[in-house]
Amino acid sequence: MMINPEPLYLTLKLAGLTTVILYAIGLPAAWLLSQSRMRLKPLLEAVLALPLVLPPSVLGFYFLLAFSRQGWLGAAWERIFDHQLAFSFDGLVLGSVIFSLPFMVHPLQAGFNAVPRNLSEASYSLGKSKLETIIKVVLPSMKSSLLTGGVLAFAHTVGEFGVVLMIGGSIEGKTKVASIAIYDLVESLDYQSAHIYAAILFAFSFTILLTVYLVNKRLDIR
Amino acid sequence: MIRLSATKKLSGTEGPFELSVDLSFPPESLVTLYGKSGSGKTTLLRILAGLEKPESGYIEVHGKVWFDSTAKVNLPPQKRKVGLVFQDYALFPTMTIRENLQFAQEKKEPQKINVLLELTGLDELRERYPSSLSGGQQQRVALARAIIREPEILLLDEPLSALDQHTRNMLQDEILKFHKRFGLTTILVSHDKQEVFKLSDTVAVIDRGKISRHGTPLEVFLNRNTSNKFSFVSTILSIRKVDCIFLAVMGAGNEIVEVVLSKSDIETLKVGDEVLVASKAFNPIVIKL
Repeated sequence: MMINPEPLYLTLKLAGLTTVILYAIGLPAAWLLSQSRMRLKPLLEAVLALPLVLPPSVLGFYFLLAFSRQGWLGAAWERIFDHQLAFSFDGLVLGSVIFSLPFMVHPLQAGFNAVPRNLSEASYSLGKSKLETIIKVVLPSMKSSLLTGGVLAFAHTVGEFGVVLMIGGSIEGKTKVASIAIYDLVESLDYQSAHIYAAILFAFSFTILLTVYLVNKRLDIR
Repeated sequence: MIRLSATKKLSGTEGPFELSVDLSFPPESLVTLYGKSGSGKTTLLRILAGLEKPESGYIEVHGKVWFDSTAKVNLPPQKRKVGLVFQDYALFPTMTIRENLQFAQEKKEPQKINVLLELTGLDELRERYPSSLSGGQQQRVALARAIIREPEILLLDEPLSALDQHTRNMLQDEILKFHKRFGLTTILVSHDKQEVFKLSDTVAVIDRGKISRHGTPLEVFLNRNTSNKFSFVSTILSIRKVDCIFLAVMGAGNEIVEVVLSKSDIETLKVGDEVLVASKAFNPIVIKL
């Protein structure tokens, strides 16, 4: 029994891209939050944590409004990139980035907080700039947080369903990721194909998580 | 000369108080900041290192102005050549001992790392990670790392307070050795009188943010100049009466000594007091072991 590998490939591409973008956004954001003592910080943290508690359909609904041709973001996007944001792969990536943001930022922020301030201060007094200190002293001391953030963001994107369905629909080869494919197959009563996709996702997710815990254990020991 | 004057509002455990200090001392001297915890010693050190900003003040080290609130000068920590040693060592856990020292260098000079590792007796541990070293060894690395940049001023923030007495004595010797060998100007934060007597040229006593006394340890702690032939600082551990005299057991470092006290001494001394045991008229007998 053959299945179409395209949805699996799309899922991996979406999760991979989302994770890379989230590292780029999450690292500076988490660092700023860990340093900041400003009064607005609880507000920022609350906004950031919203995707954790909101039903994906609520987020997806607002994304859809913003990403559509009439929405402010969708209109601007279409002017610049000449294609619609909603129901496109780009839209999925953007939605996933926002949806998975807390899964990246929280572990990183905890990681930054856990590195003793003394280490940074020792580095500054040895003449090293803030950036050099972060790259050479702070980040190497929080490897397990870096790993956890990346894996959680990746795994969460793989497991996404509600948001993707709302803003991506189920366009073959463009927005039909594995979780959507399973839903479609079940709806058309093709349980066998659904089983194959589901089993692959299941095994894949389990393997990733197991690897993370094994690696984290080793990182902790040293 | 080193000139340090600074004011800053601090919140202590007994309510807010103002740190207000004006201190100057010659180069190549070892100055101790002595005082209770929460009196502002560490803050003063951090102000000197540029890690904290005073509300007003003036800092000049070897003719260079590091901070001047009226002229709006405030060099960042990176531009102040300080060697900073923390109580908890603050070694970089992901780097080996050699890498910790190498990180501190502006340009790679492996020869210098080797010399310092030899001097501190850490040569065999060079490829080990800090977590596998004892507290004393870690503090040696921290000391070597602070010195390798040839700092204009060495700042030691209670560097030995987490170590046992034996290790402490050895590291005190090591600090003195480095201080003299490299002609360093050193500021030590300590609340251990023995350490103050052993190491410092002058001591400044800080009490709730103000310097209450500044001078040699003898001047400061005894309020007079003495020319003792023999003296050491110790703590009274117990006092007991034997016939018509009193015998006090005193601890000095690892050693325990017994000293005869008169009745008049007993009136002012009690168990737990820190005292200077000195002999002026008689020389102690010294026998080579």
